[in-house]
Amino acid sequence: MDALLQFIFSGVTVGAVYALVALGFTIIYNASDVVNFAQGEFVMLGGMITVFAHQAGLPLPLAALLAILATAAIGVALNKLAIEPARGAPVVSLIIITIGASILIRGAAQLIFDKQLHRFPAFSGDDPIRVMGATILPQSLWVIGGALVVFFGLWLFFTRTLTGKAVLATANNRVAAQLVGINTSWVMTLSFGLSAAIGALAGVLVTPITLVAYDVGVGLALKGFAAAMLGGMGNPKGALVGGLALGLLEAMTAGYLSSQYKDAVAFIVILAVLFVMPQGIFGKKSTERV
Amino acid sequence: MEARRKWIQLAVLAALIAVLPFFFPSGYYYRVGALIFVNGLSVIGLVILIGYAGQISLGHAGFAGIGAYACALGPQHLGLHPGLALILGAVISGLLALLIGRPILRLKGYYLAVATLGFGILVSMLLTNERALTGGPDGISVEDLGLRALLRDLGWRISGGEFWYGASGIALLVGAWLALNLFDSPTGRAMRSLHGSEVAASTVGIDVARQKLRAFVISAVYASVAGSLLALQNGFITPDVAGFMHSIEMVTMAVLGGVGSVLGATLGAAILTLLPQVLTVFAEYEQLVLGAVMILVMIFLPQGLLPSIARRLRGRGE
Amino acid sequence: MSLLDVNGLGITFGGLKAVNDVSFSVQPGEIVSVIGPNGAGKTTLFNMISGVYQPGRGTVALDGRDVTGIAPNRLAEMGLSRTFQNLQVFQEMTVLENVLAGYHLQERGPVLADLLSLPSMRRRAARAREGARGLLARVRLDKAEGQEAGSLSYGALKRLEIARALALRPKILLLDEPAAGCNAVETEEIDALIAELAAAGIAILLVEHDMKMVMRISNHIVVLDHGEKIAEGDPATVSRDPGVIAAYLGAEETEAADADG
Ligand SMILES: Nc1ncnc2c1ncn2[C@@H]1O[C@H](COP(=O)(O)OP(=O)(O)OP(=O)(O)O)[C@@H](O)[C@H]1O
Ligand SMILES: [Mg+2]
Repeated sequence: MDALLQFIFSGVTVGAVYALVALGFTIIYNASDVVNFAQGEFVMLGGMITVFAHQAGLPLPLAALLAILATAAIGVALNKLAIEPARGAPVVSLIIITIGASILIRGAAQLIFDKQLHRFPAFSGDDPIRVMGATILPQSLWVIGGALVVFFGLWLFFTRTLTGKAVLATANNRVAAQLVGINTSWVMTLSFGLSAAIGALAGVLVTPITLVAYDVGVGLALKGFAAAMLGGMGNPKGALVGGLALGLLEAMTAGYLSSQYKDAVAFIVILAVLFVMPQGIFGKKSTERV
Repeated sequence: MEARRKWIQLAVLAALIAVLPFFFPSGYYYRVGALIFVNGLSVIGLVILIGYAGQISLGHAGFAGIGAYACALGPQHLGLHPGLALILGAVISGLLALLIGRPILRLKGYYLAVATLGFGILVSMLLTNERALTGGPDGISVEDLGLRALLRDLGWRISGGEFWYGASGIALLVGAWLALNLFDSPTGRAMRSLHGSEVAASTVGIDVARQKLRAFVISAVYASVAGSLLALQNGFITPDVAGFMHSIEMVTMAVLGGVGSVLGATLGAAILTLLPQVLTVFAEYEQLVLGAVMILVMIFLPQGLLPSIARRLRGRGE
Repeated sequence: MSLLDVNGLGITFGGLKAVNDVSFSVQPGEIVSVIGPNGAGKTTLFNMISGVYQPGRGTVALDGRDVTGIAPNRLAEMGLSRTFQNLQVFQEMTVLENVLAGYHLQERGPVLADLLSLPSMRRRAARAREGARGLLARVRLDKAEGQEAGSLSYGALKRLEIARALALRPKILLLDEPAAGCNAVETEEIDALIAELAAAGIAILLVEHDMKMVMRISNHIVVLDHGEKIAEGDPATVSRDPGVIAAYLGAEETEAADADG
């Protein structure tokens, strides 16, 4: 029982990170139909920039803020320099472009920073909190809380604000959105900035637990992508549920079956889900128009 | 007319393979050439899948891994000749593609991408984690093909580099020939029509699922054979051959050169294989350059290098 | 026994009954037209008959065999072929290859023969090529056979789709607005081609907004409005039907004017 609870704690913590990455995927996908494989690099940048800014003498909160803002700017640049010029390109080209961007960012990070593993102190210390025989790190609570705040923040943004509704309208029908006067180019910029900022926030929150290095992005991008697909691409609720489900699944597999194959089981489940529900769990079914 | 174009392309390729060695400054370049040809072979498989049939795969390195490890493990555990092991690997890859292709190919776009990606990762995890069988992440040695010794007995002494340059070059030519045959055949047309409109394809009697599956199986066999050749010529193999980055490299080579074009794909393979060689001095910049190349080509030459260049030349001629 | 029997066919998209309880039949060699205002459900009806959409209700029978919801490629094997209102051309293939794709059922063979370019494959392909050239000549596209289909004009693409559909040697041909976007001369040609095909025994199911053409060549007309069949009969009967006149005048004044002009 204690073991189970322990696995749940660790599963929810990783799951929250996956959910944040998946939310980042979702925002960009909604605004532009692009799956941004560089999403994992945003997480890496969030962690790395914070580390180096902190080392340079900035207080941690300020360093984190700087990291989030800088990453958001990189996200916007990615959109302006690589995505917008390729508007209307086939899916394969877009996949190559964003994977190219992820390799480029990784290469740059390796040059500008280094190849070492880094961390900075946890926000509220490292003393585990005991809950019913299991323990959880205070930083895990930060991660989980962060994911929830971002999710509800996005929910409010999309349902309560005019800008958020403009993003949704663009996702729904780009041309119609333009016709009613929405600046879809601004919506894209906003989406990339927001999505990069969320990724960076995830990096800031999780670095004290998992550490960060220039190459942590690939794995996170794959898992976040998988989580988003599991939940149904383009659906924020799906991203949250998909991320948490994936995290729990991995933790349970690592705990009860084999830690070597924890990543494998995630992909097996995804394959199984896609075989049964080709649109993901929350994806809508529709008849393609001819 | 189509037939003539096929033979011209094959002749260009054959001439390049035959003539290049005269410009090699050292024996080392035979190795590089062989690597280009092997990569070219697997990328031609992707031309059939992506360029002809319009289906994406981010997991084809998985099949390369199967081919490679068949050549490593077949001789060791089953006492097979490495050549037979190559065939066994191709058969296993083909059957596996047949098995998983049916459900996977119902998916479209990004969903297909993630499913194939998942498959590739599963294969590479198996190869990494089953240490007892595969030697784990450190890799495993591969028995020699024995063909070079045979040639030596017949009185023809060539270096390992030269042998594999020739052997991979021939394999590439055969692969290109088959793919070009397919292009201008009923099956090839059926595959290519999917790219244009799946609905229209099915209303003219084309079994869409079946053609996708065929393209998937054929491209899997290409990747597997290429993986086997890679293992045999290196004499050593690690699970990286099946890794995600290798899958991405394959797709990038195909798209870079021109995903609908066999010669283009070979050119893409050549460029991406040479890139790290050229950049050895600036090894730290390799990723930076690779990423930038991928983005720039997709933006400025969306059809890929060769078709874009051909189009420009034709435009000037008229 | 009719060649095509449509019985109580219907489909719903998110609460909208795009087609509801439509029945009619087509005899061999007959030209049957489906008319109705924009959004009446004509294309949707075609999509269900040709297996592109799964019907929600009702049945389709071809040659007396129930074929409801059968995949389009199986229907193609049984002699049903079609064109599309929103062009579905294989853009990156040549004009000739587009028509060759229509010969798929006749030219296909073992995949190994195709990979090795065996003489058997080349014979199959040569026969198909000969037939395809004949069809291209028939729709006056023989000069363009080597061009990429994507480079053709709209009217030419419409004719290319007809040639491709004819390559299947269908018993029944479904044409969804073949003359839309064509000039007067092209319309005339398509008109003549349809009559010729029907005379050769091919049944034609036609959707067309050009009322003059419809009235002139149809043996039988089915009128849809809001997904329902509101009238059916020979051209004279249908054009006098008050319900039909109301549907057209009420909802589609401009369109009726277009058809006259
Ligand atoms: N795949 C689909 N998903 C949702 N709604 C659809 C789909 N296909 C058609 N519809 C709807 O069904 C209705 C009938 O459309 P349909 O295209 O059949 O009309 P039509 O009679 O062919 O019109 P037109 O003369 O403009 O071609 C329309 O309201 C259309 O929006
Ligand atoms: Mg219509």
